[in-house]
Amino acid sequence: MATTSDLRGRRAPARSSSRPSSLRRHQIRTAYTFLLVPLLFFLVVRFIPTLTALRLSLFDWNILKEQQPFVGVENYRALLGDEKFGQALKNTALYTLIGVPAQLALGLGIALLLGRIRALQGLYRALYFAPYVTPIVAAAWVWQWVFSPQFGPVNTFLMWLHLPPQAFLTSPGQALPTTAALVVWQNLGFQVVLFLAGLAAIPRVYYEAAEIDGASPTQAFWKITWPLLNPTLVFSVVTGTIAYLQLFTQVVNLNFTDQGGPLGSTMTVALYIYQLAFGRYQMGYASAITVVLFVIILLITLLQLRFLTRRYDV
Amino acid sequence: MRKFLTLALTLSAALTATATAAPVTLTYWQYDYASKVDTMNKLIAKFEAQNPDIKIRQETFPYDAYNQKVASSVPAGQGPDVVNLFYGWLPQYVDSGYLQPLPKADFPVKQIENSFVPMVQTSKIGGQYYALPTSVRTLALFYNKDLLKAAGVLTPPRTWEDFIAAAQKVVKGAPPRFTTLGFGIQPDGQDYHVVREVLVRQFGGSPYSKDGKQVTYDSDAGVKAMNFYTDLYTKYKLGTPNFFPGNNSYRDAFIAGKVGMIIDGSFAVGTIQKGAKFGWGVVPLPVFKGNGVRSNFGSYWVNGITRNAKGEKLAAAVKFLKFLTSEDTQRTWLQAVGEIPASKKLANDPGLRRDPVYGPFVYALPFAHSTLFVDEAGQRKAWVDAINSVILQGGSPANAVKRAAADEQKILNGYYK
Repeated sequence: MATTSDLRGRRAPARSSSRPSSLRRHQIRTAYTFLLVPLLFFLVVRFIPTLTALRLSLFDWNILKEQQPFVGVENYRALLGDEKFGQALKNTALYTLIGVPAQLALGLGIALLLGRIRALQGLYRALYFAPYVTPIVAAAWVWQWVFSPQFGPVNTFLMWLHLPPQAFLTSPGQALPTTAALVVWQNLGFQVVLFLAGLAAIPRVYYEAAEIDGASPTQAFWKITWPLLNPTLVFSVVTGTIAYLQLFTQVVNLNFTDQGGPLGSTMTVALYIYQLAFGRYQMGYASAITVVLFVIILLITLLQLRFLTRRYDV
Repeated sequence: MRKFLTLALTLSAALTATATAAPVTLTYWQYDYASKVDTMNKLIAKFEAQNPDIKIRQETFPYDAYNQKVASSVPAGQGPDVVNLFYGWLPQYVDSGYLQPLPKADFPVKQIENSFVPMVQTSKIGGQYYALPTSVRTLALFYNKDLLKAAGVLTPPRTWEDFIAAAQKVVKGAPPRFTTLGFGIQPDGQDYHVVREVLVRQFGGSPYSKDGKQVTYDSDAGVKAMNFYTDLYTKYKLGTPNFFPGNNSYRDAFIAGKVGMIIDGSFAVGTIQKGAKFGWGVVPLPVFKGNGVRSNFGSYWVNGITRNAKGEKLAAAVKFLKFLTSEDTQRTWLQAVGEIPASKKLANDPGLRRDPVYGPFVYALPFAHSTLFVDEAGQRKAWVDAINSVILQGGSPANAVKRAAADEQKILNGYYK
């Protein structure tokens, strides 16, 4: 957004004149025309399905039934008493609360450390980025082996330390944090790149000035890095939260025969929607959950943007 | 002149041929499984040679997406004329009007029940048959001869008591770190079928009411069955679920030679045959010493005619279905795909019953029960969660059975309302 207004500002120096020139009108028209094409695409593949889901949520829509009766808010009322939905919602919140802070802290920490090294910096960056470009299914497969209670290197390591072996993905208590760890590990590379870019955008002169003023590195971090990194932090938190609220693929592939298990301990809202819609064909009910999830994500995002975005002066 | 005459004759013959017998084309759907697709292509060629006026077009889809693909073709009024379905899905497809009942003149109910093994009767809905299988599957006990022998077990177990004793000799390690399992326990594999359809019946109960609308395993027999099964993990420590990572944990671990015994279906024979690098054998599912009651879980894939087939197409579809369920085809299917025949007569074939690998599966046909699922995924989850609540959370088997019964009854009520 910032770039478009910049461009416009630069290309239209005649700010004083109240009527745009004919050339400028032409440019605007061209811009609208070009914007219309992706907009149409968006309408067809995004907005119409979203509105259809909203409509479907008011019906008892089972694709294997001949009749799809209108039930009003019945699907939403049924949601209130649905324990499995409650559990999925709780799990999803837990994933977000574990995952977002963890990947932010680790991503920023690693980016700061990477900023200090000179030799092999490219190699280090590439290594951290590798999990992000690894197909999720393959990563989930590896994770299953790494955390296998029987053969996994993690348990072997624990036993070297004379610690009791853990059940990890096969335990209802540990499966969720283990799954969250996979997501954090996979997203880490992206977070690191994001923060490296954010850090590089902070002008060096501020740090030089701070050094001359005798500020400690900790002070420099909290007074310069942290506030100036705010746009990057907001971006990381908002997109991270959305990603965790829509968590699906990792959960599916970590326990393929009992998806969301054991005992529903790793079930997410997105997976529950998928199971209801495409495993049990309850499209109406699944749509109602989709709408609820949409509203939750929208509200959280708006709140985050409202409270995290800060104006800052240096 | 003669040349001209022959030309004229062939031309007119060709013309009349096309005029009288424009071939009917039927679309056949099944899921993508190499040996099944190949065998079906050969069978189609044979059928087309016998019926020059019918053409069959086979279309296949990946297994995981198959039910979705079929289901989404229903409301669109598209899709196949003859379709291969899991028998457990039948209620939904009959209910939606997707399948038409098999014409009684061509498939009399009496004749079906006389010529097919008993479990096929599960696909009779409202007194009518909607689909018929080529082959069926039952469960049996696979055992690793080498591991058992090394542990001093010379004959494979015939009773559950012997089964536990044998498994205890084979198992190495203790929870949560096993190195070799006595029994490849896996609730979400075939085991939940074993508890529900085998153990409940062996303890004198029955899992469902006759019409299938009521759960009846919330009983003494149900609790005993759940108790017995979960004891294998909690008390006898014969093994652990998800021993190997992956989708077929127990089977992969067995093939790797790390498991003494597993319970699996006849459909697993091919995979095990191909993978196992040790001596292995198959025996019927164990019974209890005290009562000797036998039971098994049977399942099968059926071929049905969809509502798309009308008039000429329907007549052709009937012919094709008769061909697919004929004894000849069943024999071909056994040899090429390795699934056991659905015909009573073939199942009684002494040669087949003595077969060291297929024999134990064929042996189980007369007492194999199948369950009609109205929501396969949901009903499986109810059982898997109940078993897990005992073995992972230390819950009581009685509560677990109650919980499974409540969950499953809710699903049944929702369907039969």
